[in-house]
Amino acid sequence: MAKMNMVEAVHRALHEEMARDSNVIVLGEDVGMAGGVFRATQGFYEEFGENRALDTPLSELGIVAFSIGIALYGMRPVAEIQFADFIHLAFDQIYNNAAHMCYRSAGTYHCPMVIRSPHGGGVRGGLEHSQSPEALFLNCPGIKIVIPSNPYDTKGLLKSAIRDDDPVIFFEHKGLYRAVTGEVPEEEYTIPLGRAKIVREGADVTLVVWGAMVQLAERAAKELEPKGVDAEIIDLRTILPIDKETLLQSAEKTGRVVIVHEAPKTGGVGAELSAILGEEAIDVLQSPVLRVCGYDSPFPYSLEGAYMPSVARVLEAVDTAMAY
Amino acid sequence: MPDQPEMYRILSEEGELIGEVPEGLGEQDFRRMYELLLLSRAFDEEALSLVRQGRITFYAGSRGHEGAQVGSGYALEPQDWIFPSPHRELGVHLAKGATVFEKMSHYFGRATDPTQGRQMPNHFGSKELNIVPPSTAVGTRIPHAAGVGWAARQKNDPMVAVAYFGDGATSMGEFHIGLNFGAVFRSQAVFFCINNLWAISTPLDRQMAVPTIAERAAAYGIPGVLVDGNDVLATYEVMKTALDRARGGEGPTLIEAKVVRLCAHTSFDDDTRYREPEEVAEGERVDSIPRFRGFLQKQGLWTEEWEQELLESSRRHVLEEIERAEAAPLPDPETLLDHVYYTRPEEPTEA
Repeated sequence: MAKMNMVEAVHRALHEEMARDSNVIVLGEDVGMAGGVFRATQGFYEEFGENRALDTPLSELGIVAFSIGIALYGMRPVAEIQFADFIHLAFDQIYNNAAHMCYRSAGTYHCPMVIRSPHGGGVRGGLEHSQSPEALFLNCPGIKIVIPSNPYDTKGLLKSAIRDDDPVIFFEHKGLYRAVTGEVPEEEYTIPLGRAKIVREGADVTLVVWGAMVQLAERAAKELEPKGVDAEIIDLRTILPIDKETLLQSAEKTGRVVIVHEAPKTGGVGAELSAILGEEAIDVLQSPVLRVCGYDSPFPYSLEGAYMPSVARVLEAVDTAMAY
Repeated sequence: MPDQPEMYRILSEEGELIGEVPEGLGEQDFRRMYELLLLSRAFDEEALSLVRQGRITFYAGSRGHEGAQVGSGYALEPQDWIFPSPHRELGVHLAKGATVFEKMSHYFGRATDPTQGRQMPNHFGSKELNIVPPSTAVGTRIPHAAGVGWAARQKNDPMVAVAYFGDGATSMGEFHIGLNFGAVFRSQAVFFCINNLWAISTPLDRQMAVPTIAERAAAYGIPGVLVDGNDVLATYEVMKTALDRARGGEGPTLIEAKVVRLCAHTSFDDDTRYREPEEVAEGERVDSIPRFRGFLQKQGLWTEEWEQELLESSRRHVLEEIERAEAAPLPDPETLLDHVYYTRPEEPTEA
């Protein structure tokens, strides 16, 4: 067992998969000789050669579209989009091409590819180095979306994503890259996509979170203890497909749900989770489903502290839910 | 200004040989090419008629494009992949081996369509024939061909990926990106533009401020070739050269095959609103079919009886396959959620 941070876990997962399967390659801007701006692909250029740690021209659309071709031919490209804020440049390629290829071809063509991208705020990145665009892809049948919250999950989920036969968007919170360390087994393991994880059992309220918000929820849960409120925390891990079973079971157990995410509230993943609960758990809910989110504004630079969900805002929402 | 590429021709407008017959082509090939031209034309006319009769919903005609389609398609090897445009490429599909029945099944959206009626008409695909079904926004598959052609190079596979697109697609970012990636990575790819002078109603001089599409290849350090798309033999030859070059690892080529669109953009378009009838009349005069007929006549390979027999058998075959395709079943509603994912997610989506 080794202790490592998130970016080391990304590196480990990529390395293991590249060593295991010669069809796995990484490509993107600065992933080769430089080893990636966050060093997620460091040393691959030297070890696996320039064609498996492929520095590309500077074009997010091109990286994704070129990867689609590579995937169609049966290889397993892992494309890096340097910042998730730039993934929009490849939106048509992801939505109408990678995600729809299997359906449009009646299952005869498919795109086994991963798009890795650092996302998330709290790193003084301003409007276009801070976004969490996962909800933009939630309404896109054919894609899978994964967001890990810790090094152990990062390795297991990324390996599963690479082995998955469908296109997977894998968002890594850049604020967690070097801020979180944890035990990561050296040996082979994978974590199935589509399964949430209950990271804290509780009886009174369910906090649904993913990525960097897991830590925030854990801090909030600690502060709730002395108040006699026992919070359950679900780390969603896979945003699409959503693990409805775990969500609904927890709602049934606690009767109260607070969803926390960084992205703007309107049309965020929280809206979908809330709708599922409204449709399928209304009988067991004891309070409205509440959302603590980024505000409905672009991501601010100087005011990012006010924008980001905080423990205080989570506690306030839990108070409201408990008092209902 | 760089030198303008010269328009490559082997046949005069009357079908006289003004160059060398491409190496490797013989009488049998010439006859087959003519059959494909006439079959494409018969298919095209009957398909458009199906829209008018309300039996299919939509059709984008290939009339006037068949020379470029058949000439280039005839040069392809079975293992070569094509990324067709979502509008035409009828003659390429037929040259690649698509049957009239599967093509018509596609237009009728039947379960017998190789992609099971997933897409609207003119988005034909067939894994068996290495025809990748297109998305609709033009030009978006150009970088895919670059990617496939790069992956093939990694595996030393003697295949080439060909992106087909029209003149309008050259204004898309994907045109630039696809050619640039293809050139930088020396992909086993060919970028084949059938320039019919119009993107629906927008003329070529609104797409670009240079005279030819072919010359834009210079910006990527790859060869750019301008060919008369109504000259089947010339189109075949430039395509064969480009395919050999890509297969040999020397990188991609941009080909501009110039044709005249002898039909409206699609069954929903009225081209009398934006172009002069003289253009179409002139286009009919230089059309690939009479030109190739002239070539065959001069070679002593053509008779009036054969012509009549071909016209009749093509038409009859198309009409028979239309009946068969129309009678084929629609996809089972139970299959609506099939293939959203290649591996079914653990939590299946609800209907």
